[in-house]
Amino acid sequence: MIEARGLTKRYGHKTAVDDLTFTVRPGVVTGFLGPNGAGKSTTMRMILGLDAPTSGSVLVNGKPYREHSSPLHEVGALLEARSIHTGRSAYNHLLALAQTAGIARRRVDEVVELVGLGDVAKKRAGTFSLGMGQRLGIASALLGDPRTIILDEPVNGLDPDGIRWIRTLLKSLADEGRTVFVSSHLMSEMAQTAEHLIVVGRGRLIADTSVQDFIARSSGNRVRVRTTDPEALATLLADPDVTVEATGGDALEVSGLSTDQIGVAAGRAGITLLELAAQQTSLEEAFMDLTKDAVEYHGTTTPESRSALTTAGANR
Amino acid sequence: MTAATTNAAVPPRTSSPTKVTQARVVLSEWTKLRSLRSTVFSLLAAVVFVVGLAVLVPSVTVAHWPPRDVREAAAFDPTSRSLAGIFLAQLAIGVLGVLLMTGEYATGMIRATLAAVPARLPVLWAKAAVFAAATLAVMVPAVFGAFVIGQSILQAKQLQAGLGDPGVLRAVVGAALYLTVVGILGLGLGALLRNTAGGISALFGVLFVLPIIVRFLPTSWSDPIDRYLPSTVGQTVTHVHPDPAGFAPWTGFAIFCGYAAVVLALAAIRLRRRDA
Repeated sequence: MIEARGLTKRYGHKTAVDDLTFTVRPGVVTGFLGPNGAGKSTTMRMILGLDAPTSGSVLVNGKPYREHSSPLHEVGALLEARSIHTGRSAYNHLLALAQTAGIARRRVDEVVELVGLGDVAKKRAGTFSLGMGQRLGIASALLGDPRTIILDEPVNGLDPDGIRWIRTLLKSLADEGRTVFVSSHLMSEMAQTAEHLIVVGRGRLIADTSVQDFIARSSGNRVRVRTTDPEALATLLADPDVTVEATGGDALEVSGLSTDQIGVAAGRAGITLLELAAQQTSLEEAFMDLTKDAVEYHGTTTPESRSALTTAGANR
Repeated sequence: MTAATTNAAVPPRTSSPTKVTQARVVLSEWTKLRSLRSTVFSLLAAVVFVVGLAVLVPSVTVAHWPPRDVREAAAFDPTSRSLAGIFLAQLAIGVLGVLLMTGEYATGMIRATLAAVPARLPVLWAKAAVFAAATLAVMVPAVFGAFVIGQSILQAKQLQAGLGDPGVLRAVVGAALYLTVVGILGLGLGALLRNTAGGISALFGVLFVLPIIVRFLPTSWSDPIDRYLPSTVGQTVTHVHPDPAGFAPWTGFAIFCGYAAVVLALAAIRLRRRDA
């Protein structure tokens, strides 16, 4: 269980995390989603007591992290930048961490095998690929058999096999009743791994919702219609609550009405419909819609290229 | 959700939770120290310097004895001739001290370290203790070896000193102590500055550059300042015949330890207060 209350972090004039309040519950995988620079890593560092909040507080398993007498047994963490000395072997890295909490060597061997690093455990961590480094980070997170697991962008650098492995691992950890908090900037990844979502942008909480609700809500009710007379249909559907957009050729995109309502209206007016389909907004689009005002670093061509991509997606 | 249901959902542990203690952190830091190549190489380099110069310097001395300058012969100290290598060895040990701390910041390891030991200060104390113990364990035999080798070479011209001579044993042990405290000073500066280049520059700036700058001051200023310089007080304990203008050997060494303690205390404050 992680409970953040009014968590705020300022660096000079810049507010990295702005009054975040959320609760991460045990038993489900909770995704921590936001664009780069949204304050995810800063929040995770504050959870672990590495950075002190400017104001507000965060409790892990009921206490501030620093007050746990055996933190590795409470919280296991993988932090964004690999927190591993490159000159030390994976085994010795894990052993040194284990020794701070009196964790047996046997457990070090166990987690090494669990993450599939058995063959390279005696090699220096500096020679590891990004994916192997992530596995080592996950091994260190699991060392103390913790009740709460915090992973910052764990799928970064993993191959498809590794990504599937980590999804299964996270779900099984959550099924065992643990609190699992995983950050990502990829909505699609979270949709497949997480059950609950905490979405942030520019340090602020944007959404705290189940993945299912998020998908249902963000699919909206956009409907693609092709008709022999787009202009007549557009006039027919015109209403303050309805937007109708010509998307080229004989196609319209309507929001604010269901397929049923459009079909019935068109039938009554005698307008021939060629196609009538509810549009599934991709999760990535929904996420971008949600965070578009909160993106820290806009590419210079972002608005144009994004709408181009959206159109392309809708036409597919 | 109540705490009771939360706990009920928690799986049985495969290991019983044990607290973080200073002793456990010391063991952890020992594992970290011995598992880095830089430790082994730096300490090995320090031994090679100490022993190597204990062969080289006395050999050159014997080959050119007696010196043309009578005063040089009068001031001749066989012990210091055999311990000349400590001036090179302090480079290796000082750099190692800085690196033990800054290496963690450079690689991000510090976050894993401090997440495991959220009280933070036990990490600094453990690092200092383990490093001091390792340095002493290696350098005490090295300086005694250097003394024995150097004196056996100086014997060719009957110039040797014995460990029983006044001040000699203290100077030999003092050489190992001086090197150890240089290492701790480096560790403290590394923890304070969190940056390898900065830490090494600060350490050798204080030990080597500061004395040169002080020498440019008028003598009325430079003399009283010089006797307090870290390098001056640190080396008092390594001299068989103390400089009459300076501090007594153990007093000087205590002041040197005091400097290291102040740096370590500042590092502790920064470690405790600042974000990792």
